[in-house]
Amino acid sequence: MAGTAVLRRLTWAIAEVVDRLDETPRVRSLTFDVPGWPGHLPGQHIDVRLTAEDGYQAQRSYSIATPADGTRVTSTVERLEDGEVSTYLTDVLEIGDRIELRGPIGGYFVWEPSRGGPLGLIGGGSGVAPLMAMLRARVAAGSDVPVRMLCSWRTAEDVIYADELAAIARDADGVSITHTLTRSAPDGWSGRRGRVDREALSQLAWPPEQQPLTYVCGPTGFVEAVASALVDLGHDPRRILTERFGPTGG
Amino acid sequence: MAGDTHVDGNALGGMLLEVFGREMTDAQGCCAACGSVHAIGAMIVYRGPGDVMRCPTCDNVVVVATTIREQIRVHLAGVRWLEPGTET
Repeated sequence: MAGTAVLRRLTWAIAEVVDRLDETPRVRSLTFDVPGWPGHLPGQHIDVRLTAEDGYQAQRSYSIATPADGTRVTSTVERLEDGEVSTYLTDVLEIGDRIELRGPIGGYFVWEPSRGGPLGLIGGGSGVAPLMAMLRARVAAGSDVPVRMLCSWRTAEDVIYADELAAIARDADGVSITHTLTRSAPDGWSGRRGRVDREALSQLAWPPEQQPLTYVCGPTGFVEAVASALVDLGHDPRRILTERFGPTGG
Repeated sequence: MAGDTHVDGNALGGMLLEVFGREMTDAQGCCAACGSVHAIGAMIVYRGPGDVMRCPTCDNVVVVATTIREQIRVHLAGVRWLEPGTET
């Protein structure tokens, strides 16, 4: 409800894994059923908490990749080699297992169709996940907000949501999606190569004169390089929203 | 750019919601050192035994949050004012 501030207790819920999907060998999407889930906005995240038998706890935040869907919440988790939590989520957790989580969290890095556009979505690696929630919400709502999405990956094997993104780009009016690969590209790669630099943004992001609303998410270095290039190009800093995942993007 | 080990205020959304009882990443905060105003979600955050939130304009420490024996304490000496957002 806009304009009202309802005091809310953020409590840990016991969520059940109801689906899992391997997006790439290192990235898995997990769908949880969360009793009492109040719904969420695209861009919000959950906190996940693991507790060892000796009481040791580890907690991490994961973006929600899907728009509101009853008590269902899907997060896309990148497996980090030394990750205390991500390795458990990607390697151990099975359908029917239960886990502690809380949310939804976030009011800054959120978008819903009523916020308008033009909408720029610029993601690096698993930073595409919250942008996917925004794009899926835009499509599900039948919104006509024009979207330009730019996804940066190391290699073609790292691309997540590839089939769904291709289908949206093909079927949805007013949505353009570009993939760029920063390390190596296979023969016949039809997307772009190289980093999301000033030149790429001047070609693929909305021109600043159109006063776009741009969301940038991914590893910290990626987000800051993109955001400062956008400002250099004349974008209003107040219409660039950022979410930094840290050094490794997970 | 001060390396890439930091995250941002979005990462403290859960802890701040626990303390304030409302979403705080969309709150505006005024830096006590330089007077610039940023959304909490846009502040720079270094995570460690305590979480340190810094002003993206001048690098002043605006908020420090610690959890000791499950008790959260939020130090706000670096904030001139906080203004919650209009959404819940």
